[in-house]
Amino acid sequence: MKILYPNRRKILQLGAAAGAATLATPHFFSRGAFAQSMDYRNAPTGDTVTLGFNVPQTGAYADEGADELRAYQLAVEHLNGEGDGGMLNTFSSKALEGNGINGKKVAFVTGDTQTKSDAARASAKRMIENDDAVMITGGSSSGVAIAVQGLCQEAGVIFMAGLTHSNDTTGKDKRANGFRHFFNTEMTGAALAPVLKNAYGTDRKAYHLTADYTWGWSQEESIKKYTEGLGWETVSAVRTPLGAGDFSQYLTPVLNSGADVLVLNHYGKDMVNSLTQAVQFGLRDKQVNGKDFVIVVPLYSRLMAQGAGENVKGIFGSTNWHWSLQDEGSKAFVKSFGEKYGFPPSQAAHTCYSQALLYADACQRAGTFQPSEVGKALEGFEFDGLGNGPVLYRAADHQCFKDVLVVKGKENPSSEFDLLEVVEVTPRAQVEYDPELLGGELGPYNDGV
Amino acid sequence: MLGTFSRSDWLLLVIFSAVVLTLPWTLEPIGAAYPDLLQKFAIYGIFAVGFNILFGLTGYLSFGHAAFLGVGSYAAVWSFKLLTMNVLPALALSIAIAGVFALLIGYISLRRAGIYFSILTLAFAQMSYNLAYSVLTPITNGETGLQVRAIRKSAEVSLRDGDVRIIDQALGIPEVGVPITNLFGMKMSGYPGFYFCAVLLIVCFFIAMCISRSNFGMMLKAIKSNQNRLNYTGIHTRPYLIAAFVISGMYAGLAGSLLSITDPIAGAERMQWTASGEVVLMTILGGAGTLVGPVLGAGLIKYAEQKVSSWNEGILHGAFSFLPEPVQDFVVEFFSFFVGEGWHLTLGLMFMIIVIFLPGGVMEGFRRLRRAFANGASPPPRPVATTTPIAERD
Repeated sequence: MKILYPNRRKILQLGAAAGAATLATPHFFSRGAFAQSMDYRNAPTGDTVTLGFNVPQTGAYADEGADELRAYQLAVEHLNGEGDGGMLNTFSSKALEGNGINGKKVAFVTGDTQTKSDAARASAKRMIENDDAVMITGGSSSGVAIAVQGLCQEAGVIFMAGLTHSNDTTGKDKRANGFRHFFNTEMTGAALAPVLKNAYGTDRKAYHLTADYTWGWSQEESIKKYTEGLGWETVSAVRTPLGAGDFSQYLTPVLNSGADVLVLNHYGKDMVNSLTQAVQFGLRDKQVNGKDFVIVVPLYSRLMAQGAGENVKGIFGSTNWHWSLQDEGSKAFVKSFGEKYGFPPSQAAHTCYSQALLYADACQRAGTFQPSEVGKALEGFEFDGLGNGPVLYRAADHQCFKDVLVVKGKENPSSEFDLLEVVEVTPRAQVEYDPELLGGELGPYNDGV
Repeated sequence: MLGTFSRSDWLLLVIFSAVVLTLPWTLEPIGAAYPDLLQKFAIYGIFAVGFNILFGLTGYLSFGHAAFLGVGSYAAVWSFKLLTMNVLPALALSIAIAGVFALLIGYISLRRAGIYFSILTLAFAQMSYNLAYSVLTPITNGETGLQVRAIRKSAEVSLRDGDVRIIDQALGIPEVGVPITNLFGMKMSGYPGFYFCAVLLIVCFFIAMCISRSNFGMMLKAIKSNQNRLNYTGIHTRPYLIAAFVISGMYAGLAGSLLSITDPIAGAERMQWTASGEVVLMTILGGAGTLVGPVLGAGLIKYAEQKVSSWNEGILHGAFSFLPEPVQDFVVEFFSFFVGEGWHLTLGLMFMIIVIFLPGGVMEGFRRLRRAFANGASPPPRPVATTTPIAERD
């Protein structure tokens, strides 16, 4: 204590300061509770409501992320009554009036998921804790979607998943606060298998290259399940790291494996790279087992087709939505998106726009932003006019059920966007499955108080 | 050991504690006062303080410290999955496992010095990352990340998808949905989580101070200044180095554990080389060899990552609204390169400017300011606190 002695006054001053800090602390802990209504987390108090758009702006899925953000900005405009209203005009529910949600103007904050679970959760947390976002939406990776969905469940806000195709999002990792409009790999398998059978027969040997995370695993499993059901044989399934860039080391073994079908369970830039390299390797010009070697890309998007260019011609895959659809909803959406940005929207943009509208509509019908009430308004909700025909938000797993599109790379594209043609619209009944099939448990809603 | 503390050392500790504990108020004006970012400040502060024990004191530049951060994270999540949601066992387990891991890697890597040591540690970290990413998927759940889940219903469910939590089950603690981490019932997310991290940061800072002022610390500094001379005088330096490496590995393990405590998920990307590089940046940015510098650097980088990346054109228009319309558009256009997804650019520029003009980091900037003020004002310059011996000698 000898050291402290000469400076007693300073110590006393510091002690007083520390004491003051301690006294102020309890108030601080409860600050959030005093600042707002006690019903639910981040209840909007002013005349605006804040939504959080969490999309990948960097990394392998950055193209999708950029398009998602465009779609959200468009959706916010339409919800606030600006622009031409887009799919609000064709949407079967007429609750929304173009004056925001529940009379509050819609504002938004954005964050970069970097296609990493950690970064995505950090930016979602910022939006919830600092920006008072009442709902988080977006993302283009199932790994991220599952991580953020878990966070939103903990924090007590609604999560409207963006582009996420893994079964797990509404399967074993489903949460009460999470909702998904996009389809999943189970539906892809069920829709794609009959088309593959007609095109390539029942005696095929498949080789899978799979992105090494939840979506890749899920897709590989579903495609295996359905193609083996046709009588195909799976020669091998190799996992590749997400964002690998160079796939040549994974493609070389395909040549000598005796397989005659290559299934690329890749998405985004990964798919662009692996498909381009597979074509450069001359795989598509080969004859194996007396048959033409073919490539299948189970999950397609126009953005990817654009990236891969010539190489997508004649390749089959499935998609959630395509801008060339001729129903009223799709036409209205393509028109208002095209007028604002100068090119047609991708399926990522479509699913995100739809999710924003569905959330807003559910809040309007529930008359509140409280997660448990909004969730109940979404559960079992049947709607039409959002570009996919009649759709059901199933209550048992918070998954949307709708027709699935099987598409093929166009042989003679008429423009740089006209790259895919719809081969078949698989009806909803054919892709429906028992909610028990994928396991998991929703658990109770969390309102965050 | 405490006897070697000077008055200014105690003062530094008290001021540091006061500053850390009042962060939720003082950071309010710059929009950084929300629990997640505050937690990150404290956690990466611990990481950087630990890294500085190795790099700042001995001069050995490890490029693989993220491996320990990752190991700590995984250990903590496994503790939540297998034992209990209480954070204390997770802390102990993480520090212990990271320590053992650091001993293994340090024992091999420290056979070499300089660039070879850096490359060895980088190689080990990259190996750990790849193991976590693909080979050890049953333990790490690969890209998706390891998460806490509800208690599994039967033994057939794999441990990745359903937890057991032996201790919580034995004590009969009820669980609704997926449970959250706690310290004897106190939630470890939000502000309580921050204060938990902050207290640990202060404790870690204190320990780092003790090390820096001790004979052991003196030996580490001697290694930095001239290892050959030490060897010639008959001192075997490797045990000191290994000890420093293990201590700093344990700090990283603690930081990793806190990351999992405040947000129970562990992903392989925490072990990536970019994460290892980040802590080097933090330390150099703040001032290597100083006590406070690494914490400052960690704060700066995390602020850039979380906040600068969230500024978009709308926010810029708001900030520059005092300018006339055409000028405003130009300025916003210009600055939008540096915010949002361009935050890496901002960070890079900041780093370059600091390294070129202030090689001692932000702390050197402070010292220069203080010297300038001391020369200008009438009171004679007081002896500068002995918190920055290494940097000043360079």
